Parts: sequence; C-alpha cells; structure tokens
Amino acid sequence: MNTPARGSLLGIEHLEAKEILGLLKLARRMNPLKTRPLLRGKRVVLLFYENSTRTRSSFEFAAKSLGAMTTLLQASSSSIEKGESVLDTGYTLRAVGADCIVMRHPSAGAPHLMAEHLDIPVINAGDGMHEHPSQALLDAYTILKHQKSFKGLHVTIIGDIFHSRVARSACHLLTKFGVTVTLCGPPEFVPEVAATLAPGLRITRHIEDALRGTDVIMLLRVQKERMAGHRIKLESYIARYQMTAARLKLAKRDALVMHPGPIIRGLELTADVADGTQSVIVDEVRNGVPMRMAILARALGKAK
Amino acid sequence: MTRQENKSLLIRGGQLIDPAAKINAPMDVLLREGRVAEVAPPNKIRGSADEKFDARGLAVAPGFIDLHVHLREPGQGYKETIATGTAAAAAGGFTSVCTMPNTAPVVDTAEWVTWLRSPERGAMVNVFPIAAATRGSRGTTLSDFGGLQRAGAVAVTDDGKPILNDDVMRAALTLGAQLNFPIVQHAEDTRLTVNCSMHAGPTAFRLGLFGMPAVAEAAIVDRDVTLAQHIRESRLHVAHLSTADSLKAVRRGKRARARVTCEVTPHHFTLIDENVGEYDTNCKMNPPLRSASDLEAILVALADGTVDAIATDHAPHALHEKQVEFERASFGVTGLETALALAITKLHREHRIPLARIVELFTAGPARVFDLRGRGSLAKGNFADVTIFDPKKRWTFEVAKSRSMSRNSPFDGWQLTGKVVATVVGGKIVHRAD
Repeated sequence: MNTPARGSLLGIEHLEAKEILGLLKLARRMNPLKTRPLLRGKRVVLLFYENSTRTRSSFEFAAKSLGAMTTLLQASSSSIEKGESVLDTGYTLRAVGADCIVMRHPSAGAPHLMAEHLDIPVINAGDGMHEHPSQALLDAYTILKHQKSFKGLHVTIIGDIFHSRVARSACHLLTKFGVTVTLCGPPEFVPEVAATLAPGLRITRHIEDALRGTDVIMLLRVQKERMAGHRIKLESYIARYQMTAARLKLAKRDALVMHPGPIIRGLELTADVADGTQSVIVDEVRNGVPMRMAILARALGKAK
Repeated sequence: MTRQENKSLLIRGGQLIDPAAKINAPMDVLLREGRVAEVAPPNKIRGSADEKFDARGLAVAPGFIDLHVHLREPGQGYKETIATGTAAAAAGGFTSVCTMPNTAPVVDTAEWVTWLRSPERGAMVNVFPIAAATRGSRGTTLSDFGGLQRAGAVAVTDDGKPILNDDVMRAALTLGAQLNFPIVQHAEDTRLTVNCSMHAGPTAFRLGLFGMPAVAEAAIVDRDVTLAQHIRESRLHVAHLSTADSLKAVRRGKRARARVTCEVTPHHFTLIDENVGEYDTNCKMNPPLRSASDLEAILVALADGTVDAIATDHAPHALHEKQVEFERASFGVTGLETALALAITKLHREHRIPLARIVELFTAGPARVFDLRGRGSLAKGNFADVTIFDPKKRWTFEVAKSRSMSRNSPFDGWQLTGKVVATVVGGKIVHRAD
C-alpha cells in the first residue's frame, strides 16, 4: 500500500484548513462560462458505481471547461458488471491513459483502496456513507458567497445524519473553522455517537432548539427506503422535523437554506421553503462547477 | 514408528515453566520414544541422549496448544493447507492445533474428521479437528456427536456462524453433556449485525460503516451461560471472546460452577477499533476489534484467570479477498506466528502479567478446555511436545517471510519481544529459528 498520489481528494477529514481555503480561493477564480485550456490533453475518467445527476454532470462540465477529455464509466455498462474488481478496473483505466479518476462508489473507502494502488490522483465523488468532499467544499463556497467568513457562524444540519456522507464531510469542514454545528433529528438518524465525529458538534432532538439563532440550515434528503427498517414513521418525521416557513422564522432573519439534493418537496421541506428567498439550493448546484474545476486543477497540478 | 521417534532428546540448561506441574525453575528435560522420560534439576539426568539441545538462557515450556485455527482444508487450499498452516503453527511454537470445520465442505461427518487426521495431509504438528455442531453448520439439525467424537473430534462448533436457535443450542449442550463433549460457540446475534463490517463505535461512524454492537456478542454468551448452568454436566466454550459484557457472563457461569470456558485472541488483547484507520482490511475480523474499554476488561480477565486460553483464530485469506472494498473483504487475520510474541510484548512487558501465567494460557489452560490428555504439561509419561523460546529476544515480524500461504496479518513490521527458538513435537524438533 502506498500513500495516495498528490492532488487526490479522498475526504475532508484529513485536509488542513489552509488547503481548504486554497481550494475555495481557486474556485473563485474559475469561470465555467469561459473555456480555459489549463488541463488540455489531460484524461479524466468519471467512474460511477452509483447513480448521480449533479455530481457527475458538474464534474464533467468542470473538466471540459478546463480543456480536459472525459470519459464516463458506469457500473451497468462496463466490465464491472462482469465481476471485475475495483482495483482491476483502476489498473485498466490507468493503462488506457487516465490522468485522474473521479470516483463514486456505494462502499465506504473504495476510493481509498483505489488511491493506495494507483499513481494517479483519485477524487472521491461520494463513497457509501463516508464522505462527499466536493459537496462540502461547494457548500462552503456557497456559504462564503453570503458570509464574510466562517467566524462565529452557527450551522444546523437536519435529517438523516447517520446515512449521510454529505453530513460527515460538512461536519469535518465546518468544525475545522470553528463553526458551531448542531445536528438535529431522531436517534435513528442522529445517534449519540455522531457527536464524536469532530470537536464542537452538538446534538438536539428538537428542531426549535436547533434553529434558534442559526445562520445556515442544511437539510438532508429523507430516504423512504431507509425509514422502512426503523421505528420512526414518515408522518411523525414530517411533523417533527420538516422545514416549514413557520419554523424558518426561528432562525436568523437572513439564514440560508441549503440542501445537497435531490430534494423531496413535502417531505424534508415544504415547497415554499425550497423556492423561498432564503433558499440557495439552486446556487449550490451552480457553484459545484467552479468548485470542481478547482479540485481538478489541483489534482492535475495546475492549481496556479 | 519411525527411527526418529525412537531417538532421545535432552533439553539442557533451560528455565522450565510448567504451570500445571507448578514448576518454574532451571530443569533439564529428557524425551524418549515420543514421551517425557525424565524432568530433573540441571545436570542430574544420567545416561546419554541421541541428541542434546542447549537451552541456556531460554524458557522451556510444554508444547503450546491453539484451540482455534482455520487450516482451510478441505476445499480452500488456495488460502492455506494443513501442511502450510501447521508449518506456521510450528514456527509460532504451537505443537497442537484445533481446526475449525467451516471448510468446503463443512466437516460434519466422521469421514472428514478422519481425513483431516490422516498422515497424508502432511501436518507438522498435532491436528485435533473440531467438527460441525449442526449438519452443514446450518444451525438446524445436530450432527452425529458420538460418531464425530469416536473419529477423533475434540469438540463441535458452527464457527463463523453462531448456533442461534435456543432449542438447537439447548439440544447441543444436552447431547454434549451425555458425551462429555464441549460445544464451542461463535457468539454473535447475527440479527443485530446484518451488513456490519466492524465494531459499532466512533470509528465505524467516522468511516461510514455499519457497526456490530458489543451486545450482539454478550447477549448470546449470556444465553449460553444460562443454558449451561441449567444443563447438568454440559460444557460450553466461548470462542474468541471480545467484549467486557461477555466476560461478566462467563464469570457468572464460573462462579456458579458451570463448565464454562473461554478463549481470547492476540489481536483482541492488542488492537482496538481505531486501528482500522483508513479501511485497513487486515484489521477486519469477526468478532471485530472492540473498544479500548473492552480491551482493558480483557487484560484484567487474562490476568485474573477468567480467560482459559489464548487462541489465535488464525484465519488466512488470499490477497484478492482482502484487497477489495472494506465491506466486501473477508473477515479474519493470520496469527500463529505472532501469538507468543504479542503475549510477551503486550501482556508480560507492558501489563506485567507473569510469564508463567502466559505459558498457562498457551498450555495447561487450553489442554483442560478440550481434555487433551497427556498434553499441556511435561509430567513424566506425557507426550514429548515442547516449546522452547527466548522471552527477551527482540525481533521484527515480516509477513513476507510467513510460513502461512496467506499474508493477512495486521502486525507486519511490528517490533516484538519474545521469539520461539525451537518447537518439538513427539520428541522431534520440527522447527528451529534461523
């Protein structure tokens, strides 16, 4: 086993604050509307073992905006279906000339396995319930478009933290800058052990507690299939944790409403909150492109 | 008998540590015709021996017994064979190993027990098969305990899986009681561990992995101990015990004078869940590495006598079964060649457990668990199985040099203290350190 190639992005947890700030700064200088040949001739593979809309398309546009070639590989239409292992797929992609692999996988740690055995950077585009670093970065980017800095901020994350890679990455990132993060949800979704993830995490079961005085509200998708195994009922979740216009008033007046998508209107949030003036859900998707341009530029040594 | 077995071997000048005989003193040991002929203070043994072994500065102990190894035959010879697995055992100082039946096919018939014990397997040390407790280890119909016992099985188990059903466990303990046959339980309430790949705790949460709660083990140990207390003369052995709460149940059974025994693995007294780090599949095993407080409880139980034996749960796997996503990787680690050194390094040097107690956990303790007569002590007339080791020798374990066919050890590159110098089986030196 080797250390991952320089420029790999496997998670937020082990990044230093200054690396994060560097990436955010680089993203602000990226313009998705103007093609720049920074990565001309580079081959970026988008290796997706799991479905994706936002992450896949924005990584693809990001790569192409920088002049790189991309190829998309999906589990259902490749040798993966024939039983090829993750590593053999990686060796194959390296052999055809990949310079960088952007990888999404349903199993936690799969990108780490790849990165430990390949000499090219691997970018984690979401691994199981573990991390989704590019999402946390684009969320940080979005927050900083509305706030001068992370100093003194209070962020509330509501929903199924346990199954969420987005939540884990967000917790790591925000707490590195001293943000107070409150996790809110029923014990099935927010177990007590969640507070051990990073310093400065607080858990509450009451959405009113969680919202009071908060600057940012991050909502997570409620996966109906995940509710099935639990004692918690959908109606009771909606009654206790749905983000409504009335509840939004408990937060700071200009608090941002964020959601990594896909959103389910009428479940974790009401339509008027999703489409309201405080919602930056669409901005998050838009900001994903420059953020991922920065991640790819860093990966391929063009972070200048 | 071969000519070599008729030879005599005099082991001179060593410190004999034989807890069953209450000896911890300089003693010479004479082995003849596969048996212990004489044990006497230095230079008191008269007459000549065909071969002499200079054990000055070394510890001499009864041959080590491992109650829990997976030698993978029949059917999984790409992971390990009886020949390679017992070579690793010899290198680790083990003169007897008890093999687990979760092979392909499962060892649930007298024929397979006989097959395992056949000289054609090329074993370098004594092999004592543990047979399946239920047919195909499916947990429903008991196997033919009497037939298996007559063929040479020393116990039964469905290891790898628990005997979950209350009725089946009760029937197994009842039949075992009639035959004086131990039931070995892999204690895991699998209803609580679906899709889980490590211990439930902060590390599992951090890595986004489903965790096995400690209670999934303790709940089964608790039930089994209760059954053992109520079924007269039944014998329960708890395999690879890993949690503090399981120890509480075992203590309860022992206090009530039930015939309950347990074993602990070197990896569970050395590592904790945090050692999984960033998805190290060589730290993936079942039961999983537990919390720091579970490890603390295990150290206490090793010292105070609650634990009967150190057993390795040597579980070799091919590289392609470990170099995969953590959740898909096979459970298990190799352990035969590092067990003694870890015990000396961790238990003796770090936690001040006396060397004699450690030797007991490798010899008299396991011999008692499965009634291995004539083993576990070097009393006159016993089998001439001897482990000679240097308790002070510092060395580095290199998995690339392992005698096992597999490489899945979490201890590669570890600096350890305590090394096997020679292993004697039936009076014959089967391993000598380079």
